[in-house]
Amino acid sequence: MLATMPSARRSSASFLAGIAATLVGFLLVPLLVANAPLEKTMGVVQKIFYFHVPCAWLLMLSTFVCAGGSLAYLFAGSERGDRLALCSAELGVLFGLCVMVTGPLWARAAWGVFWTWDVRLTSSLMLWLMLIAYRLARRYGGAGGRRLAAAMALFAAADVPLVYLSVNFWRGLHPNTKTVSSLAPGMRLPFFTSLLIFSALWGVLLALRMRVERAHSRLAELAIAVEDAEEESL
Amino acid sequence: MARRSWISQAACIAWKDLHIEGRSREVLYTMGFMAALVVLVFSFAFISGQETTVGPDAVAGILWVAVLFSGTVALSRTFDRERESEAIRSLLLSPVPRSAIYAGKLVATAAIMFLVELLLAPLLAALFSAGIMPHVLWLGLLLLLGTIGFCSVGVIFSAALLRARSRDALLGALLFPIVIPVLLAASRATAYLLDPTAPDLDPALFWTRFLAALDVVFVVVGLWSFEPVVMGE
Repeated sequence: MLATMPSARRSSASFLAGIAATLVGFLLVPLLVANAPLEKTMGVVQKIFYFHVPCAWLLMLSTFVCAGGSLAYLFAGSERGDRLALCSAELGVLFGLCVMVTGPLWARAAWGVFWTWDVRLTSSLMLWLMLIAYRLARRYGGAGGRRLAAAMALFAAADVPLVYLSVNFWRGLHPNTKTVSSLAPGMRLPFFTSLLIFSALWGVLLALRMRVERAHSRLAELAIAVEDAEEESL
Repeated sequence: MARRSWISQAACIAWKDLHIEGRSREVLYTMGFMAALVVLVFSFAFISGQETTVGPDAVAGILWVAVLFSGTVALSRTFDRERESEAIRSLLLSPVPRSAIYAGKLVATAAIMFLVELLLAPLLAALFSAGIMPHVLWLGLLLLLGTIGFCSVGVIFSAALLRARSRDALLGALLFPIVIPVLLAASRATAYLLDPTAPDLDPALFWTRFLAALDVVFVVVGLWSFEPVVMGE
């Protein structure tokens, strides 16, 4: 217990720094986005881009972090990896929900429909479904649920490029695959700041969620220890 | 006794499963019946009035949805038999690499599913007047590749769900999001093969290759992750 104290203090410091950065960002980004130049054809509607794209990036990041954690859990028995996988999958579901809400809103304004079977829409949807399935496996999978979920995460990570490729071939190429690199100079600063701040938020939420999960497993260990001690004293 | 090779160990396990299935024919009958019912449900849903057929896209879709749904029945039974009298313990304790167990189970399940599909395709051709004959061997290859892709993921999940209470409800829900690329590639290729007006078969060839590549990826991930997944049993 005592041995874990310094690292706990260190993680608290970086955690507070993360919270501070996120708070500053949440004051800064709206200003930057409000002052960003208007897009020629879409006008103010395009501003959802500063919210939508970072969420999509975090959905992707969550999937790979989840797979990385699952890999550590499955092949090295790392409990920490397992917690990391669980927490990042949850965040993936959360940010995926943001993608699935903001995407159709933007699509309705830009293309006149809520949904098209475009490659990025479809592959984000598939990614999101896989993370939801991961949560289902964790929750209802019974005794083997953790291992099952970890295997799912590995398959999901292997699936990411395959889903993207297959949907791409299925629907034909997306016309604007170079959106970010072709951003107008005035849009770059707000976009990348937003991306950074959203990533910081993701990190803060992940750290918070992992603390809760760590406390959970510590509590379970203590409960077992108390039970054992009681049994011994009887 | 001389140590058997990995392949013959896997073949032994596959043979054991096929032998049991040959005696009981339980999976064959339930899965076959389920597949036929799925096709019938689609017939009632899609065909109206004097029509006798639906487009090749729809026929391909119906075929693969029937394979997926009925395949879930077969998969949930793959490891079910091992629960009886805790047979799974002896299987995992036997001096056989876990990857050979995976390969054996994969071969046995895929073989049973493939057998059902061989009956399913003519049924579909009869009900929807779909022209399966011009490319019948190619179609058979597609069915085989699609089934391997589906089972390579399914066998792992089925093994991990061995002790879960809501096993049957979960298997499909967890499996389908992962195998979507398999379904997509297989049904696209099938649609091109069934389409008599298709100008050329290049897309079908492309999707068949893509499906084969998917199989390789899934089987490799499966062979690799089976051991840690069943370790806790």
